Amino acid sequence: MLTLLLILLPLVAGVITLLVGANLAKQVALVGALAELGLAIFVWSQFDPAAGVQFGFKYNWLASAGISFAAGIDGISLVLVLLTAFLTPLIILSTFSHTYKNSAAFYSLILFMSAALVGVFMATDAFVFYLFFEAALIPVYFLAAVWGGENRLKVTLKFFIYTMFGSLFMLVALIYLYYQTPGTHTSEITAFYNLQLSAKSQGFVFWAFFVAFAIKMPLFPFHTWQPDTYTESPTPATMLLSGIMLKMGVYGLIRLLLPIVPLGLESWGMLAVILSVIGIIYGSIIAIQQHDMKRLIAYSSFAHVGLMAAGVFAASPNGLQGAIIQMLAHGINVVGLFFVIDIILSRTKTRSLDQLGGITQVAPQLSVYFLIILLGSVALPLTNGFVGEFLLLSSVFAFNSWLGAIAGLTIILGSVYMLRLFQMSMFGPRSKWVEGFQDLTFNEKAVLLPLVIMVLWIGIYPNTFLSISEPAVNQLLQLVAK
Amino acid sequence: MYPIVLLSVLGIVTLFIGFSKSKNILLPAVLLFLAVALAGNFFEWNKGPLLYFYDMFRVDNLTLAFNGIVLISAFMIVAISGGFQDNAEAEPAEYYSLMLFSLVGAIMMVGFEHLIMLFIGVEILSVAMYVLTGSNKRNLRSNEAALKYFLMGAFATGIMLFGMTLLYGATGSFNLSAIQAYVSTTQQAVPSYLLYAGLLLLMIGMLFKVSAAPFHFWTPDVYEGAPTIFTTFMSTIVKTAGFAALYRLLSHSFTGIYDFWWLVVAIIAILTLMVGNIGATTQNSFKRMMAYSGISHAGYLLIALTALSKPTQNAIVFYSLAYSLSTIAAFGILMLVSKQRSFEGQPDERYDAFNGLAKENPFLAFVLTVAMLSLAGIPLTAGFWGKFMVFSSAAERGIIWIPAIAVLMSTVGIYYYFRVIIASYLKEGDIAKIRVAPFYQFVLVLATLLTILFGLAPGLLEGLF
Repeated sequence: MLTLLLILLPLVAGVITLLVGANLAKQVALVGALAELGLAIFVWSQFDPAAGVQFGFKYNWLASAGISFAAGIDGISLVLVLLTAFLTPLIILSTFSHTYKNSAAFYSLILFMSAALVGVFMATDAFVFYLFFEAALIPVYFLAAVWGGENRLKVTLKFFIYTMFGSLFMLVALIYLYYQTPGTHTSEITAFYNLQLSAKSQGFVFWAFFVAFAIKMPLFPFHTWQPDTYTESPTPATMLLSGIMLKMGVYGLIRLLLPIVPLGLESWGMLAVILSVIGIIYGSIIAIQQHDMKRLIAYSSFAHVGLMAAGVFAASPNGLQGAIIQMLAHGINVVGLFFVIDIILSRTKTRSLDQLGGITQVAPQLSVYFLIILLGSVALPLTNGFVGEFLLLSSVFAFNSWLGAIAGLTIILGSVYMLRLFQMSMFGPRSKWVEGFQDLTFNEKAVLLPLVIMVLWIGIYPNTFLSISEPAVNQLLQLVAK
Repeated sequence: MYPIVLLSVLGIVTLFIGFSKSKNILLPAVLLFLAVALAGNFFEWNKGPLLYFYDMFRVDNLTLAFNGIVLISAFMIVAISGGFQDNAEAEPAEYYSLMLFSLVGAIMMVGFEHLIMLFIGVEILSVAMYVLTGSNKRNLRSNEAALKYFLMGAFATGIMLFGMTLLYGATGSFNLSAIQAYVSTTQQAVPSYLLYAGLLLLMIGMLFKVSAAPFHFWTPDVYEGAPTIFTTFMSTIVKTAGFAALYRLLSHSFTGIYDFWWLVVAIIAILTLMVGNIGATTQNSFKRMMAYSGISHAGYLLIALTALSKPTQNAIVFYSLAYSLSTIAAFGILMLVSKQRSFEGQPDERYDAFNGLAKENPFLAFVLTVAMLSLAGIPLTAGFWGKFMVFSSAAERGIIWIPAIAVLMSTVGIYYYFRVIIASYLKEGDIAKIRVAPFYQFVLVLATLLTILFGLAPGLLEGLF
């Protein structure tokens, strides 16, 4: 019942937001998102990591076909549900200084999006997973296409078609798997785990899944939609895309690809890791050369997700745990970074690093918050990025030491582009664009402070979150080893 | 069987109502007639299978389900026709009676048990449609469309009839059960090439009616030339009836030689999908795009037919219903919007006609969006489950390469369906608030609600037939 409530609450809040109209939309949406956060924390308090899938909910959907609306929470799900519930109110709060036209629709779309995301992370039926996976696309498409920048129409249509293309392959794979289940077929994900498919068909299913999730994350060479979409979208949509939606891809790899096609992974895992590592290096090098701050973060996100994917494909406990904690960390950092950029943009009207400089002199508070989040992203010890990156790199290294060494360059390259970002925008002589720059307002602090607390919390005591997912990860890896 | 009798009689009654001075009772009367026919249809629910007219017509729950789709579509189309009051030259009574008569043809196609019944059904349906296509008398395009449709249609019917005679020659009967018996016994022992040829020719005739490639060339021109209300009729009712007939023919009589025909249908399905989807991307006219989209949906339905597995029956019924609902909603919006502006002396039927629709008419834009999402097969709409069931039926048969190609094609579909959504929400335009009559509004709301309802609970219809 709690799982159903977690999905329904943002949906209902979204509808109410739509109904109350533009004047109260923000506030109602924020209350709805906070209620969702409260509920998620309550679920966390009731959750027992060792007990497997909990709070199961099942409703017969297509009874004769064995397809049911089934959802439940295990350790891996819970971390991502918490991430979604934590980020959504912050994303809403981060928009308070802006006025969007037709704001009731704007905020209700954010809430619908978060309902779909929570649904993806909790689905225990393959078709329910697919449904939410696709449903999440529609609100964010409209957010980007209606409230986005100049080139939004072209860019968002490319984004939509690209991601839809990938997930339709997943649909075919799921239907195929469904007909492989014994008896009167079922689409429960756990039933897919027990299929004994031949290595050849596992290869096909592997690639169908790979394309779907690689486009969503995105991995090299399926990333061409990403920088444009991130840049053209309004900041809240970019935060949703990079902070949470990208995690659907990684989550899909962990939940579906690894346990369903272990033999496929055996034959193709090397190639997948190589592609991921190429993405890390390629994304970092391009990020170093960016002058648009939003594009820079977009490419850095592309590089980070490459490392997560490499860790997942390495299929070791460290890799999976690292990917999960890194999803959490990356979601927090990237939302923080995009928010800081949004603050700078709204005051200086520019995102170009060439035109900025010397913001530290006028806004010391902003630069402190910015620095802490940025260091989290660089993976400095005692910040959240460190734990994940350390675990991930050690797992890639164990998988193949050469690839591990190359992937390790991410630490160097990451600090190059991040520190360059900080130096060019915050230090140096004060640019004319920065004149009259106002330091953080109360609302902005209210967004940044929780983020900074989480950066340090996960950095100093990651076990709070690692322990949630550990039993689930070990259970999953037994299936892979089988 | 009741709807055949009722609609034949009520069609004549409609003609007589046309003589009366009060034009206003015509529309309510026809709606009432359709409601009566619909009630009569479901009167025989769960009583079947029954055979009528010397075993030439079969009533079972599947027939009734298809009839239900056809009649509900007809009801909605008549409701949005608004009595043709905005056209001084129109002859509403004649149009309505022709529509009712063509429904009789459609119902005969749905429930035929005898090839002659199929032929009569196709003819009744088609002749009425030829007339209605050309009903915009002073419009050159409408005339062209009618002539084209008639000439091509006549050839197709000829080929179909030729196929039937060959089948008769091979099997000695027009009766589906007799043909089935022949196919499963004698044909297995001594293959008759006459039968193969007959089946192929008969299928070509039917595939022409449902506008499958390469027999689709008439579709864009006819759909564009015909008055929009009759385009809607053609693209929903004719297609549903055509697929019901094809399904009955293949599933009832020719399962014995599945290995012979499945690849033929599969190749036609793939070809249809490609022609429909790729053709639609290059259109500037919404109406022509819908014609190509109609072709592509025929392709999806053909996939289900190719597989002919357990989910096929459900898939065809569900898909036809989902497709009909969305198509009616889409054309319904087009009829409202195209009147607002003119382009080259005609009502504007391009994508650009929808520019800025959402600003003053959020309701219409929403209806249009749901229709487009459903046609594109986006989850949580009926169209998604339609596609899902179609792909499932192929997967059940173990054919995975067809859904794989179909998936590629449906990504192409997103491109042109989203152009409409983009035009109505994201492009600048100045469409004033459009007044929508209550009947009209009811139909749009109904189509949208049903699309979403079946998207959320696709199990509602299963197990009924």
